[in-house]
Amino acid sequence: MSSTGTAPNTVVELVGVGKQYPGGVTALRGVDLTIDDGELLAIVGPSGSGKSTLLHIVGTLDRPSSGSVAIAGHDVAALSDGRLSALRAQHVGFVFQAFHLVPGISAQDNVAEGLLYSGLPRAERRRRAAAALERVGLADRMDHKPHQLSGGQKQRVAIARAVVGEPDLLLADEPTGALDSASGEAVMELLHDLNKEGATIAVITHDSEIADRLPRQVRIRDGRVVADTRQARTSGGTGADARTDAAPDSAPGTGTDAGAVAV
Amino acid sequence: MRRTALSPARLSARDVFHVGSAGLRGRPLRVVLSALGIALGIATMIAVVGISSSSKAQLIRELDRLGTNMLVVTPGDALFTGQDARLPKEAPGMIGRIPGVEQVGATGDIKQSVRRSEKIPEGDTGGIAVKATTEELLKTLRGSVRSGSWLNKATGRYPSVVLGSVAADRLGITAPGQQVFIGGRYFTVTGILDPLPLAPEIERSALVGWDAAERLLGFDGHPTSVYERSTDAAVAAVRDLVPRTANPQNPQVVKVTDPSAALQAKAATDGAFTNLLLGLGGVALLVGGVGVANTMIISVLERRHEIGLRRSLGATRGQIRIQFVTESLMLSGLGGLAGIALGSLATFVYATTGRLPWVVPPWAVSGGFGATLIIGTVAGLYPAVRAARLSPTLALHAA
Ligand SMILES: Nc1ncnc2c1ncn2[C@@H]1O[C@H](COP(=O)(O)OP(=O)(O)O)[C@@H](O)[C@H]1O
Ligand SMILES: [Mg+2]
Repeated sequence: MSSTGTAPNTVVELVGVGKQYPGGVTALRGVDLTIDDGELLAIVGPSGSGKSTLLHIVGTLDRPSSGSVAIAGHDVAALSDGRLSALRAQHVGFVFQAFHLVPGISAQDNVAEGLLYSGLPRAERRRRAAAALERVGLADRMDHKPHQLSGGQKQRVAIARAVVGEPDLLLADEPTGALDSASGEAVMELLHDLNKEGATIAVITHDSEIADRLPRQVRIRDGRVVADTRQARTSGGTGADARTDAAPDSAPGTGTDAGAVAV
Repeated sequence: MRRTALSPARLSARDVFHVGSAGLRGRPLRVVLSALGIALGIATMIAVVGISSSSKAQLIRELDRLGTNMLVVTPGDALFTGQDARLPKEAPGMIGRIPGVEQVGATGDIKQSVRRSEKIPEGDTGGIAVKATTEELLKTLRGSVRSGSWLNKATGRYPSVVLGSVAADRLGITAPGQQVFIGGRYFTVTGILDPLPLAPEIERSALVGWDAAERLLGFDGHPTSVYERSTDAAVAAVRDLVPRTANPQNPQVVKVTDPSAALQAKAATDGAFTNLLLGLGGVALLVGGVGVANTMIISVLERRHEIGLRRSLGATRGQIRIQFVTESLMLSGLGGLAGIALGSLATFVYATTGRLPWVVPPWAVSGGFGATLIIGTVAGLYPAVRAARLSPTLALHAA
């Protein structure tokens, strides 16, 4: 990460983003979202609320039906497939609920795949992959194939693959969704540590407990942002909405943070 | 914040190879099965071309050994002119004096039959002719004796006979020393000849020495075939001079033939059978290509997640396309290599068992391999385009 240290740089800037899927489903409506360099935030909401859709649009895997998206200062709408791919290769890292490791190749090679489209020579890719695996605590599992790893280890390999290119933004879609609580805990801890080292991370989750332990929560419901703890200038009306809408899936302990913003 | 210019990095050739082969390495059985069709098609074509080339090489080698400088002089057909078509007794000697002529042999037909014993009816010739022969005949034909010995000055005068290879088989004579019945007396077989590709009529003959034939079998001494071998350069000139020399009275009835011409023609032709087999190989190749395309479509369906993942890691549509075209190319290329090996092996087995030279033409090998590369590209193109068009978000969907 190459943050200048003075004013925070904006990594993600979504303005009025809407998404309609073919068949008439409106997954997102009028979403404004700004993520600054060095942030660690949760995008939280019930299943079907549009979190994954939002992540795909932020990650430039999909384009919005309306509104504008700027990632790392690039206006996504203006980019061709080739440039968009380069944007992902250089600026965005993904972690998926289902890991999506390539079967049959070692952990080190899986992580090195994260640099395949970056233009680095193979030896350098493997060297950096080894360092990234070491960083996530899997130095002793370099040569293990995915089927020889536990779920938590697989997810840590996937995280190493996502961060090995030092992206400006790490997007994690339900990273603990397929893990037992202990492994999930370890994965969240790793994300916290990476954030302390400077990584900008957005974690998607339906689990308020996980969300509430992150510095910032963006609550989403029926495709709308109903609360965002960053928005100090939120109007009273939106805040009331946030309160009522977010209430059903808010755990008891979340009251303080959410309330502080809403009021 | 890095605000680097956004341009996708190129994959090195080695990376393309790696990414393209990754899908194959995990599924060896499928690779074998889907490359099999192409392998069989190429193997068929290589074997057909190889066997035909080997046979041709054998013919050419045979022609080299037998030479293309021998002419056969016969009386021709004088039925309508009423002239005496018989070659004069002096014809072999006269022909021998033509400049450039190196060897002259002659045979004369004898109206007798050859039988295994006197108990067999006289009409049963078995298609075997009895001929008088000069001593030089075998050398002129570049023939050889399978067993026993050729006629010489001594045996030529006594009741002895040499059998052509076919004649010996038909008479059931397996070794010299056995006897056959010709013209009311027994002749001792002194030799059996090897096959004579340039003179199949001699293969079907029982040959008796010239003098013995005149004394014992009532041979009139007129040659019916004169075999003449000259230097290569003199062949055309000799051909022109032979009729006048052999039969000065009636040169127009003398017939001159070149027995090597038929062999040469055979070496120059591709059999219709060869073309049919080549066509079959082509069909197998096509079916193999369809098999590869099928495998590739399945591969793309199965690896949706991987495609989505690669797109999320920054692969462009073009890079996804290249990955799957490479995979298809490797699949069919492997089939092609296996087919070339298989076809060459089949040709080798055929050639060694038939004692032919082993010839697999380089153009067939490179042509066959080139064909597999084209098939691999064509078969992989549609699946690759589908893979590249896949929406990354759908591809990443967990279910
Ligand atoms: N590819 C798609 N085509 C049509 N509808 C979709 C597609 N993806 C998601 N949706 C719909 O959009 C809505 C939001 O989905 P999603 O973003 O996956 O929610 P979440 O991740 O919060 O569970 C849902 O109603 C879902 O059915
Ligand atoms: Mg989701």
